[in-house]
Amino acid sequence: MPNQDPGIRSANFEEVALGYTEETARKEAERCLQCKKPACTEGCPVGVLIPQFILALREGNMTKAVEAMKAKNNLPAICGRVCPQEVQCEGKCILGKKGEPVAIGRLERFVGDFELAQRTCPLVSAPATGKKIAVVGTGPAGLTCAVDLAREGHKVTMFESLHGPGGVLVYGIPEFRLPKGVVFGEINYAVECLGIDIRTDHVVGRSVSLNELLGDYDAVFLGTGAGLPSFMRIPGINLNGVMSANEFLTRVNLMKGYLFPQYSTPVKAGKKVAVIGGGNVAMDSARCSARIQALQAKQTNGGRGEVHIVYRRSKDELPARMEEVHHAEEEGIIFDLLTNPVEIIGDSSGKVVGIRCIRMELGEPDASGRRKPVPIAGSEFDMEVDTVIMALGTSPNPLVFVDADGLERTKHGTAVADAESGRTRKQRVWAGGDVVTGAATVISAMGAGKRAAADMHKYLKSEAPW
Amino acid sequence: MYKILEKQAFSDVTKLMVIEAPHVAQKAKAGQFIIVRIDEQGERIPLTIADYDSKAGTITIIFQEVGQSTMHLGSLKPGDMLATFVGPLGHPTEIENFGTVICMGGGVGIAPIYPIARSLKQAGNTVISIIGARSKDLLFWEDKMRAVSDELHICTDDGSYGRKSLVTDPLKEILQANSGEDKNSVAKVWAIGPAIMMKFVSLTTKPFNVPTIVSLNTIMIDGTGMCGGCRVLLDEGAKFVCVDGPEFDGHKVDWTSLLSRLQFYREEEKTAVDHWKHTCNLEKAIVDGGK
Repeated sequence: MPNQDPGIRSANFEEVALGYTEETARKEAERCLQCKKPACTEGCPVGVLIPQFILALREGNMTKAVEAMKAKNNLPAICGRVCPQEVQCEGKCILGKKGEPVAIGRLERFVGDFELAQRTCPLVSAPATGKKIAVVGTGPAGLTCAVDLAREGHKVTMFESLHGPGGVLVYGIPEFRLPKGVVFGEINYAVECLGIDIRTDHVVGRSVSLNELLGDYDAVFLGTGAGLPSFMRIPGINLNGVMSANEFLTRVNLMKGYLFPQYSTPVKAGKKVAVIGGGNVAMDSARCSARIQALQAKQTNGGRGEVHIVYRRSKDELPARMEEVHHAEEEGIIFDLLTNPVEIIGDSSGKVVGIRCIRMELGEPDASGRRKPVPIAGSEFDMEVDTVIMALGTSPNPLVFVDADGLERTKHGTAVADAESGRTRKQRVWAGGDVVTGAATVISAMGAGKRAAADMHKYLKSEAPW
Repeated sequence: MYKILEKQAFSDVTKLMVIEAPHVAQKAKAGQFIIVRIDEQGERIPLTIADYDSKAGTITIIFQEVGQSTMHLGSLKPGDMLATFVGPLGHPTEIENFGTVICMGGGVGIAPIYPIARSLKQAGNTVISIIGARSKDLLFWEDKMRAVSDELHICTDDGSYGRKSLVTDPLKEILQANSGEDKNSVAKVWAIGPAIMMKFVSLTTKPFNVPTIVSLNTIMIDGTGMCGGCRVLLDEGAKFVCVDGPEFDGHKVDWTSLLSRLQFYREEEKTAVDHWKHTCNLEKAIVDGGK
């Protein structure tokens, strides 16, 4: 699939991957072997009927392709863009054993985009059941759960603390990976078809509590994600210029800070940015920083600056998708591997001027199975930077647990819920996605939303008592 | 969308608005805040709740036009709509009968101190209030503050009304007058206003060992604990103003760090104001040109 040229794209926020044309999509679809026992579908957390949709695509029957897709996945234009296909469907593709697997993700995106534009196959609801459901959080878990339940005829109301729906799809994932138009397109389409009510600006735990929701609704699903940022426990964390990836990305993505001052939320990426961490969020932060630098350089006719990824393990252990690492490298991001900050250095006005780092080496494997990084004594050195972005993972927001007695939490702050059904320890409350697993992927959250919806439906039909 | 029901101008720059927001009003308590965003292009700005009416479903906010967003907000009229109105956020003030308490409001901080003073009064406290501003035209709600206070002191920096002094002067005198052998008969002090005022109130009360609660208004985006931009350094480490506060023990706050963080986007604030004024002038020119 063609991409925007790295030199050009690193100075704009437009989508990097340009997508298939009808011709290239059909050509790719021709490669599918139509396996009798499709391993690809087994590799998909929501079990998309992959050979079926690819066959329809190949036959040029787009309506049928969309139908096959939407039987399992309500948000294909999103999944086609952000799923880690290399470890899921494409990772299992037989063709991948000897050569390139079928580009299932790209084909999924093609079908999703087609449907967003054409609307050939609107979602329909079963006759109304009279049951009312509250879904808390409008990210991937909540959306999937809401759509599945609404299709069964239940009346679904969604609660969102921010001013628009989408959760991490909007505040976290940048425009150049997942355009907001695609997210809102998918959400609006589903919501309009199924009559789902979305209440934005409602903070569950503050505006309304879980216990109150249980008074008004027959069942509640919590898909509140993992929105709480982590900061390193090192000196200098409160200096000006140190921020969480959440703050930086929210300024850029949700608030459109890259369009400041037309949009009122400012965003700063200094001349030399250090992003701490090696996951997808770190890559997103680094690539957004480079773009902000380029836009600001254009305004001031200055140089573009530098963006560094500072990661304590080696390249092999980077938790980010390889594609994201590759894109970041292409865009000129500098990787400082086996390097760990020990202190952030500020000037007399309280502004960041550098980070003190220590070199690391890999020791024995730790609990995660990855080799544990060990500091090399005496290897400290200073790096001159003016911005530090902490992309060190997130944990669930505790607000939803306010006035929610009986909703148990683990010591990591995640909700205790059954992995299969999504049932929590509190009656009539289900949970899924990052609020249960801690920060993970969009598609695993969607899978959890889907499984919970199935169990909630059974419960509401009195087929599966609590 | 949330409708502006009423607007009142206390001065050229200090404005009151009553907003229709039942989902916030039904839960709002003294000490909490809201986040408002004017329109699609707007930023999310936190404002402490000045008053609330759960029956009418309304929230009262008072703000000073200091930057582009507050200038824009101040230019709106009753009937206009706001894109976002979220809340109530943060923890409410802990209200009980402490005995004698002091409630201090500086400038636009008079607004949020009012519901706190009122709740403290209702809980049976003897409420001594001190309000102040740079000059007379920036003062407001003297009558409302008087109605919920046993004693009301008014100061202005320039002496244009009340006593010509900082609010810390009467505070110090009251604390001195109430100093006993080993403890002060003033049980607690609340201070809301500019960070620098809250800092000096905390420094004033510290030698008297009187617990002092300040309500911090830092830079934040979501207001729900997600961005961490609002973090403040306390003795025990960093806390988030939005979910851990907004009220904190003033004696534990690292004021140097707080004051420096408030300045971080100063240049951008100027750019935004220039952009706003430029856009307004353009619009005016187009309207005038059309006549």
